[in-house]
Amino acid sequence: MKHLLSINDLSEKDIYKIFDYASQFEEVLKRPIPVVPSLRGKTILTLFYEPSTRTQTSFTLAGKRLSCDVINFSFSTSSILKGESLLDTLKNILKMKVDGIIVRHSVAGVPHFLAHHLEKENIFVINAGDGINEHPTQALLDAYTIYKKFKDFNNLKILIIGDIKHSRVAHSDILIFKKLGCKVFVSCPYSFLPVEFEKMDVVYLPDFREKLSDFDCVIALRVQKERHNFSYLSSIREYHLLYGIKKEDLNKMKKNALLMHPGPVNWEVELSYEVLKDERCVILDQVFNGVAIRMAIIFLLFQEKL
Amino acid sequence: MKLKGTKEINKKIKNLAQKIYRKHKKNLGDLCLIGIKRRGISIAQRLQQELKKLTNQEIPLGALDISFYRDDLQMISLSPIVRGSEINFSLQDKIVILVDDVIYTGRTVRAALSEILDYGRPKKVELLVLVDRNHRELPIQPDYVGFKFKVKKEDLIDVFLKEEDKKEGIYLQRR
Repeated sequence: MKHLLSINDLSEKDIYKIFDYASQFEEVLKRPIPVVPSLRGKTILTLFYEPSTRTQTSFTLAGKRLSCDVINFSFSTSSILKGESLLDTLKNILKMKVDGIIVRHSVAGVPHFLAHHLEKENIFVINAGDGINEHPTQALLDAYTIYKKFKDFNNLKILIIGDIKHSRVAHSDILIFKKLGCKVFVSCPYSFLPVEFEKMDVVYLPDFREKLSDFDCVIALRVQKERHNFSYLSSIREYHLLYGIKKEDLNKMKKNALLMHPGPVNWEVELSYEVLKDERCVILDQVFNGVAIRMAIIFLLFQEKL
Repeated sequence: MKLKGTKEINKKIKNLAQKIYRKHKKNLGDLCLIGIKRRGISIAQRLQQELKKLTNQEIPLGALDISFYRDDLQMISLSPIVRGSEINFSLQDKIVILVDDVIYTGRTVRAALSEILDYGRPKKVELLVLVDRNHRELPIQPDYVGFKFKVKKEDLIDVFLKEEDKKEGIYLQRR
């Protein structure tokens, strides 16, 4: 069975197929009874070794809307704390006969490790975020949010502001936007640029404000306090001053531009609270789109159509 | 082998519209048509036009894509292209005329009924098919039938309509 471990696993055609199904599932989500019986009798497991509210809830809801049984496993209540290894956990899960695993882990490559050990089984793995590596379903829902607005990616200019080095969302976003034909710009303190930055084929802007009126979409990323010590940043206040989006920045942006953030937002760090009121700020639409996108991914993986 | 052509199909649809009208003329306001994608929709559209001639009213029309409700999703080769359902009115307390081109095993109609009930609770659902062929696998029978054919289980009956296909007619393919 195919897995979704990285945006690189998907062709452009696959991505548009996911969007197509997501829009069908959006219609389902708006029905009086927003459930379809497609995956009755299937079981998926969300295996989250890192805290999450949005992503785990979104996957759980997506599974349930497809009539799939969903079991949630979270770090704080699991045997990991008793010292069980990843491989042992996997062996136990296998005996419980699940059909799909959705995994988040603070170590990059864990989903790939699971997929490798599931080679002979008919079980798919979805990467819901592995360390600083990737978060492909977030990138898909980000791209879908943009697709719904513009219907075409060619020559769209997208700016990503934030911790490019430590952000798995940034890594997956850059991969998907490049694949779809957008021009990608990043802006952040120099210490937030990854070493292999040149290979990413994106434009670095030390000061994005000069060009703010050029962009069709601005994505602010969370400052990941848990992934680095503060030697990367002189202060959070300085970051907000230089890289936080404020109301006066919105005034400079295009009238039909989008402002996005994968959440959770550190208010008054990446974004000023006042930007939430602007209709170009689609943070909560991203959450809704996320459920439809994840329904599409789960459905298509079960159908072996990706 | 061609069994019926455009003229006969249109005559039959007109006839079916008259039957619906006679049966429901006292509560036309509750009536709506739901076509099963794709050819059920074309037939439902033609019925809508005929009913307009009879009643001077536009009977609401919805489209149903039963892909997510099928019981054969696991049979990959059969898995359909999903097009999405479009029902832009409430089905609560409505009289729904469910429309499809051919009824064969009854499984499509079973799926369609499940989906309709997720949109609300209609007062009544009736089934209209252009072609009723034998070899049902579920206890589901139509209320309005255009043509009835008795064929072997492995035979195929295809309905082609000009809205969806290059040609129009009801065809039998012997296997």
